[in-house]
Amino acid sequence: MRVANFLKSFAFLLAAIPVAVPTLATADEKPIRIGLVTFLSGPAAGPFGVPAKVAAEAIVDSLNAGKVPAPYATKGFGGRPLELVVIDEAGGGTKQVSEFRNLVERQDVDFVIGYIGSGDCLAVAPVADELKKITILFDCGTPRVFEDASYKYVFRTRPHATMDAVAGALYLLESRPGMKNYGGINQNYAYGQDSWADFTAVMETLKPEVTVTTSQMPKFGAGQYGPEISTLLQSNSEVIHSSLWGGDLEAFMLQAKPRDLFARSQLILVAGEPYLHRLPGNIPDGTIIGARGPSGVYAPKSPLNDWLRTIYKERGETYPNYPAYSVAQAFLGLKTAYEKAKAGGKTETDDIIKAFEFETFDSPSGKVMMKLGKGHQAVTGTAYGQTREVNGVVTVVNVKYYPVERVQPPEGMKSVDWIKAGMKPGKW
Amino acid sequence: MAQLLAVLIDGLIYSSWLFIIAVGLTLIYGVMKILNIAHGSLYALGAYSAASLAGYWLKQGYPPMGSYAVMVVAAILVGLIAGPIIERGLLRFMYGKDEIVLVLVTYAVFLILEDAVKLIWGVDPYFIAQPYGMLGNFSIGDLTYPNYNLVLFGAAVLIGVVLAWVLTKTRQGKMLLAVIHDREMSGAMGINVGKVYFITFTVGAMLGALGGALTAPMISVQPGIGAETIVLAFAVVVIGGLGSLPGAALAAILVGIVRAAAVHYRPELDLFSIYLVMAVVLIVRPKGLFSAQEARKI
Amino acid sequence: MKHARTLPVLIVIAVLLLAVGPFLPRWALFLVTVSLCYGIVVLGMMLLMRTGVVSFGHGLYYCLGAYAAGTLDQVYKVSDMAVMLVAAIVTTAVVSGAIGFLLRKYRDIFFAMLSLAFSMILYGLLVKTSALGSSDGFNIAASKIAGITVAGTGSERYVRYALTVVFALVSGIFMHRYLNSHMGRLAEAIRDNELRVEYMGASVRNVIHVNYMISAVLAGIGGALAAIAVGHIDPEMAYWTTSGEFVFVGILAGTGSVLAPFLGAFIFETIRSFAYEYSPNTWQMALGITMLVVIMFLPGGLWSLFVRKRKAA
Repeated sequence: MRVANFLKSFAFLLAAIPVAVPTLATADEKPIRIGLVTFLSGPAAGPFGVPAKVAAEAIVDSLNAGKVPAPYATKGFGGRPLELVVIDEAGGGTKQVSEFRNLVERQDVDFVIGYIGSGDCLAVAPVADELKKITILFDCGTPRVFEDASYKYVFRTRPHATMDAVAGALYLLESRPGMKNYGGINQNYAYGQDSWADFTAVMETLKPEVTVTTSQMPKFGAGQYGPEISTLLQSNSEVIHSSLWGGDLEAFMLQAKPRDLFARSQLILVAGEPYLHRLPGNIPDGTIIGARGPSGVYAPKSPLNDWLRTIYKERGETYPNYPAYSVAQAFLGLKTAYEKAKAGGKTETDDIIKAFEFETFDSPSGKVMMKLGKGHQAVTGTAYGQTREVNGVVTVVNVKYYPVERVQPPEGMKSVDWIKAGMKPGKW
Repeated sequence: MAQLLAVLIDGLIYSSWLFIIAVGLTLIYGVMKILNIAHGSLYALGAYSAASLAGYWLKQGYPPMGSYAVMVVAAILVGLIAGPIIERGLLRFMYGKDEIVLVLVTYAVFLILEDAVKLIWGVDPYFIAQPYGMLGNFSIGDLTYPNYNLVLFGAAVLIGVVLAWVLTKTRQGKMLLAVIHDREMSGAMGINVGKVYFITFTVGAMLGALGGALTAPMISVQPGIGAETIVLAFAVVVIGGLGSLPGAALAAILVGIVRAAAVHYRPELDLFSIYLVMAVVLIVRPKGLFSAQEARKI
Repeated sequence: MKHARTLPVLIVIAVLLLAVGPFLPRWALFLVTVSLCYGIVVLGMMLLMRTGVVSFGHGLYYCLGAYAAGTLDQVYKVSDMAVMLVAAIVTTAVVSGAIGFLLRKYRDIFFAMLSLAFSMILYGLLVKTSALGSSDGFNIAASKIAGITVAGTGSERYVRYALTVVFALVSGIFMHRYLNSHMGRLAEAIRDNELRVEYMGASVRNVIHVNYMISAVLAGIGGALAAIAVGHIDPEMAYWTTSGEFVFVGILAGTGSVLAPFLGAFIFETIRSFAYEYSPNTWQMALGITMLVVIMFLPGGLWSLFVRKRKAA
């Protein structure tokens, strides 16, 4: 078995050398080259990076074959086939800036779709503007990208992370109106700190009498949560908020379950969706789970959703999780903009940008509207639900959908200010 | 009071783990003067092998208790395969080079193995939770702990005692101590230094892999675990005094308790508690807690 | 002998770089800029290595230099490159001066590990500071140089590039002269035998302290220039793997000449960049193998290739 694995690995190694996915280019149409930047190594590769890459490859093949359901039936982008250049997102913002420049200037890609890490998004955005290259941030969450600056060439086709906290708190208070206190365990880095800060701010606004018992901030990648779990146990919190993800989340669940933490406290995992299929037996029923947008298990049934589930399952063995939906949103959004520009006669960069701004398009997770950040930041509603294990499969029940205006600040307002001002629904 | 007790227990459990991951490192440094960064990869290899072999064992429906033995066997196999390959195939050509160059050699091995692990096992995390919960729990006050933590503690004590016994009571151990003390002189006295190095590195590799194997049931085995672990192991070894077995034990306890106390009382300090301990210890005792006096050679 | 030729070679290369800059493809311009920033840091590492100590924590100063420059822009809205560089130099000199009093007592692996501990403490502090973007870091826009606005003129890339070339040249000349001075020559003597140096009446600790500060300031300059060139900084710059890379490049390059660090950094950056592109799944393996090959076959680093050639000629 190991030998077979080894052989497979070598085949993999060889296959890795020419990275561009070969596609059948029609004689008259030069393929559109798309740089795809996603985690291929490190802890984010398993839950986010590789599912996104698998989905991107499946989507590109399906687009090139013209097999995507309406309104995306044209081959490739407006008839031109697509070609992927895949780059590892590992190494941090500084290295990603170099890689981005190489991708644009040496590999000469036409578009860049990428970035899961918020730090990488922040670092790359100004360079995209400098190089005048349309760049789609497909998965990162920090609201800072378009709240602290504005960009001409940068788009994000996925809602930002504020909704995690807002919808999570709404859902929690609706299901436990009498709750008195809560604690938290979040990783000690930007995303973990922001998640906790947002969540506490929303709770403070919605129900000031609820108190915070403890805030645990383990190091990113710590792996061992013994003392943290003891502290949470002794805090007797009714609810535990967590934005842990990846191996850290799994390790925490493994270590907390035998210690009966979940018998004492209700758990809310704002980024828990990508792990559901991995956690049967280790996630208590009734855990509140978010997916930032109606993606993954929350995606409503539609021909597009069925399409993504089918093409992903063929390659990925499981059903797609939310990073796969994010990457689908990026490709379909760009396709919409490209084809709209083409219908107008020209596909120069500026035409595509004009077509993209404030556009609304369909995706496997429903309608996506490019309505924030001067038309560069997507918004969607979102969903929360609770887990229930049925025959060894974790499903979600009690699903509630929250419309855009309840979970996202309106244009021109920073998330923090909007939360503090009472989260009044804006006009959309 | 309950909290103080919790700090102590949490601290000791964490210390056991730290000792297990650090002991192989300090052994190799003590004998060979190599600060082996590849120890992190051996840890990862051990964890991956244990997770996949024990996972296979459990899936076949064999007696679940046997999975512990499978994990240990996996670690020994990793040590027996990877240790000799790295030592015979690479390190022996490097002996006599500067310590820092040797660190970089092992860093290069670490980089290579990081990708090798990825090629063999892919990037999806592995986990085998069963051995962690299977032994039941014990309770102290209002806190419950899985008995697996006792296994970890027991393993740490056992490894420490056995190593100490081998080093001080057996002929081979004494030869090893002679090599640690003065390599050239012991070579001149007829000790086969090459063989001692070979055995030490293999045993050290095995201990690294064992650390990974014993950790596998508590975590999700994923790319990058080696890099996180090796820095911790370094810190423990340096705090204890490089190459010192009792030093590593004491340092593990110190770091474990400090971290548990930080989490309980000042969670915001957890992030760098270990480096603060390291800085303070090195400032007070420049060569770590336990360190042999070295003759200054002119 | 060959030392006499180093200065002219340095100047010729710098002039050539300045001259061809406008004609280089833009990715190459950036690659050279980043390599030179790295090279300046490694130049400092080389000085430490020649003194017989190795720091596994020079990310501390690389990061500190970058944050000194970046914080000016972020908090005080000063975006003049000249001011940023001065801030980086002053900050790193002060901090390394203080830490140096402690570190100068240490040698070998202890020097390496204690410096690592300090850099990791800075890393921890930055990750905890949400005001500076925590682990995400923040963007910096260096729009002016000595009062003259360059942003939006289209020449800002070349200005950043030229600034880096000039600083690399100045650092190179400085280091070359320093190594051939009394203090510089003591460095190698210390590496060979500390006690004898003491017996001859020189203070080993003072030399190590001064050399540590010089290398720290160089790392700070490299960090600030990298921050200006890249436009983004994050705490990763202080993480131990960054420091490890500096040592890696230092050994790769060799300590034979002040040109070596720049060459080593350029080769390292090139390998890494192409490995990312052509083997995205195995680029670490490619770096590891390169390192082993150099250590095995070129114990004096890449620089020894040049020395041999010259002798043959």
